[in-house]
Amino acid sequence: MLEIRELHASIGDKEILRGVNLTVKPGEVHAIMGPNGSGKSTLSSVIAGREEYQVTSGDVLWDGKSILELAPEERAHLGLFLGFQYPVEIPGVSVSNFVKTALNAVRAARGEEALDASSMLKKMREALQLLEMDKGFLSRSLNEGFSGGEKKRNEIFQMAMLEPRLAILDETDSGLDIDALRIVAQGVNGLRSAKASFVVITHYQRLLDYIIPDVVHVLLNGRIVKAGDKSLAYALEERGYDWIKKEVE
Amino acid sequence: MNDRISAQYWLHEKELTAYSSDAVRDRRRRAMELFESKGFPTQKDEDWKYSSLKPVLSPHYALNSPCAALEDEHLEYADIKRFLVNELDAYRVVFLNGRYTSWLSDTTHQGFDVCTLSSAWKKYPETIERYFAQLTEDLGPLAQLNTALAWDGIYVVVPDNVVVDRPIQLLSITSGTEPRAIQVRNLVVLGVNSQVEIIERHQSLSDQPTWTNSVDEAFLAEGAQLRWVKLQHDGPLASMTQHTRIHQDRSSRSQVHTISTGGRFIRNNLDIILNGPGAEARMLGLTLGKGKQLVDHHTLVDHRAPHCSSHENYKGIYDEGSKGVFNGRIYVHREAQKTDAYQQNANLVLHQTAEVNAKPQLEIFADDVRCSHGCTVGQLDEDALFYLRARGIREPEARAMLMLAFAEDALAGIDHPSLNAKLHKLIAGKLGVDLTLDL
Ligand SMILES: Nc1ncnc2c1ncn2[C@@H]1O[C@H](COP(=O)(O)OP(=O)(O)OP(=O)(O)O)[C@@H](O)[C@H]1O
Ligand SMILES: [Mg+2]
Repeated sequence: MLEIRELHASIGDKEILRGVNLTVKPGEVHAIMGPNGSGKSTLSSVIAGREEYQVTSGDVLWDGKSILELAPEERAHLGLFLGFQYPVEIPGVSVSNFVKTALNAVRAARGEEALDASSMLKKMREALQLLEMDKGFLSRSLNEGFSGGEKKRNEIFQMAMLEPRLAILDETDSGLDIDALRIVAQGVNGLRSAKASFVVITHYQRLLDYIIPDVVHVLLNGRIVKAGDKSLAYALEERGYDWIKKEVE
Repeated sequence: MNDRISAQYWLHEKELTAYSSDAVRDRRRRAMELFESKGFPTQKDEDWKYSSLKPVLSPHYALNSPCAALEDEHLEYADIKRFLVNELDAYRVVFLNGRYTSWLSDTTHQGFDVCTLSSAWKKYPETIERYFAQLTEDLGPLAQLNTALAWDGIYVVVPDNVVVDRPIQLLSITSGTEPRAIQVRNLVVLGVNSQVEIIERHQSLSDQPTWTNSVDEAFLAEGAQLRWVKLQHDGPLASMTQHTRIHQDRSSRSQVHTISTGGRFIRNNLDIILNGPGAEARMLGLTLGKGKQLVDHHTLVDHRAPHCSSHENYKGIYDEGSKGVFNGRIYVHREAQKTDAYQQNANLVLHQTAEVNAKPQLEIFADDVRCSHGCTVGQLDEDALFYLRARGIREPEARAMLMLAFAEDALAGIDHPSLNAKLHKLIAGKLGVDLTLDL
C-alpha cells in the first residue's frame, strides 16, 4: 500500500533523507527508531506532503501510484494520516469543529455525503470513550494550552475519527504516562484490526509492548540501515546506536 | 472644496441654528472658523501621515442644505432590509442622505429617548446645550466641520437606572445620481446605571463616490454601560471618516467593536476618556482589507482617574493592494494610579502589495500602573496551515479557518446570535469562502 523508493529529500541545500526504502503492506505495523536528527520527522513530513522539503529523487507510491505531486489534503483524502510529533496550537478553532470539518472534507473528496449532526456526535462520543477522554475536550481550542500528553491523545482522537488506511505516528508515545500509553495503544489496535497499516516512530521499545510491530527499522543519517523484528528494539534500547553506526561503517 | 463647504455652512446657518441658543450657535461658528483656518488635514499632519484624504475630497460632491427635507429621494424597506439584522428586535433609526426617514424607523420616547438629533434641536434645547460639542472642541478639522454642519443622527438619552430594552440599529444610507457628502452626528447621554446598545452601519446605494463624515459624542454617568458595534462594510466607492468620543464617569463601562470590512477609505478615531475611578473600556477591532482599500484606526484611551482599566485588541488582515494604519495611544495621567491598560494589535499581511503601519504610543505619568502592549505583523502560520491540510481540509478553507480564528476575538462579547451570525457571514464572504464554519 505504501512504497518508498530511494527517497532523497533536502531542505535548502542540506540533504536530510539520503535514499530511504520502505514498503508497508495492508495491516502491517512498522516501527522506525533512530537517534535524534536522523530524519524520522522529515520522512513523515515528506510522505504527508509538506512543501518545505524538496524531494530531489526517488518516489513515494500509494497503491502503486506516485503521490509526490499531490497536495497534503489530497493525500489525507486517500487515507493517509500523520500524527504530529509537535501538534500545532491553533487558538480560536475548537477541537470539535476542526474534526468535523476535516472528516466532512475527507468524505466530500471521496464523494460521500457530509455526516449529519447526530451521527457525527455519536462518532465523536465513541472515539472519546475509546480514548477515555472527557467531553469538555471538544469545545477547547485546538491544542491550545493542552498538556503534552493531551496533545498526543488528541492526535489519536483525530485518527480514530478519520479512520485512515495508513497512519504515521511520530513519537506519539513521548511524554505519555503509562496509562495514557495503554489508552493510545488501544486506539491504534482498534483501527489495526480493521486492516489499517501503521508506521510508528518511537524512541522507546515500551510502546512496542502494546503495539506489536511486524518490522523494526533503524533510520540513521537519512537512511534505513537495519531492519529486524521486535527484538531489535530491545537491543537498541539496551545498547544505543553506536554498534549500528560501526556496523554501517 | 473648502470654499464650497464653508459656503454650505454660512448659507444655511440660520436653518441649522433655528432652535438653538446663542451658545450652541457660537459653538458651531467657532467650529466652522476653526475648520476654515486649518482646512482639511494633509499628510504633513503627523496624525494623517499614512492616509491621504485627496481621493476622498476630489469628487465634486453635491452640497445641499444639510437640513432641508428629503425631496425626490426615496427609499423602501426592501432596499435596506439586507443591511439590517432583521432577526433582532431593535429600535430602528434609518437616515437617507443624512436626513431621518420616519417611515423606515421605529423610535421611542417612553421611559427614555431613542430618536433623532434633527428633532432634538427643537424638542430638547437644554440637553443639546448641555452636551452638544462639549467633547469635540479640541478635535481636528473634520470633527469641527461636522460640528458646524451637524443636523441629524441618533439622539439617545437614558435616565438613571433605566436599561434600554432593545438594541438600537442605526442605518445611514447614501444614495443618488451624483457624488454625495454627508454629516452624521450622534449624541448619547446615559444616566447613572443605565444601559444601551447600538449597532451602527453606513451604506451607500449609489454608483457615485460618497463620503460620510460622522461624529459621536457619548456621556456615561456613574455605572452606565454602553455597547456599540460599528459595522463598516460599505461599497468600493464609499469613504468614511469618523470620530467617536466617549466620556466615562465612575464605574461605567463601554465596549466598542469596530468591524471594518468594506469601503474605499476608512478613517476611525475612537477616543475614550476614563474620567471616574473604576471605569472600564473595551475596544475591539477587526479589519479586513483588500484591493484599493485603506483603513486607518487612531485610538486614544485617556486615563484620567485611578483604578480604571482599558482593554484594546485590534486585529487586521490585509490582502492584495490594501493598506492599514493602527495608531493606538494610551495616556495615563499622574493621578491615574492603579491603571490597568492593555493594548494588542495583530496583523496578518497576506500579500506583498499589502501594507500595515502600526504604532503604539504609550505616555505614562503615573508610577503604579500595569500597562502592556504588543504589536505584530506577520503571515499566516505555515505550520498551522500544514496541520489543517494534513487532516484533509483544502487549502482555501484551511486559510479561511485560520483567518476566522485569528479574527475571532474581535467579535468576543457580541452576545446576539443573529448579529454574530451576520458578522461571520460577512467576514467569510470577504475572505472569499462560502463556509458554514462556526469555530
Ligand atoms: N525546516 C528545517 N530547517 C532546517 N533544518 C531542518 C528542518 N527540518 C529538519 N531539519 C534538520 O534535519 C535533520 C533531521 O530532523 P528530523 O526532525 O527529521 O529528525 P528526527 O529524526 O525526527 O529527530 P527527533 O528524534 O529529535 O525527533 C535535523 O538535523 C534537523 O535539524
Ligand atoms: Mg522527530
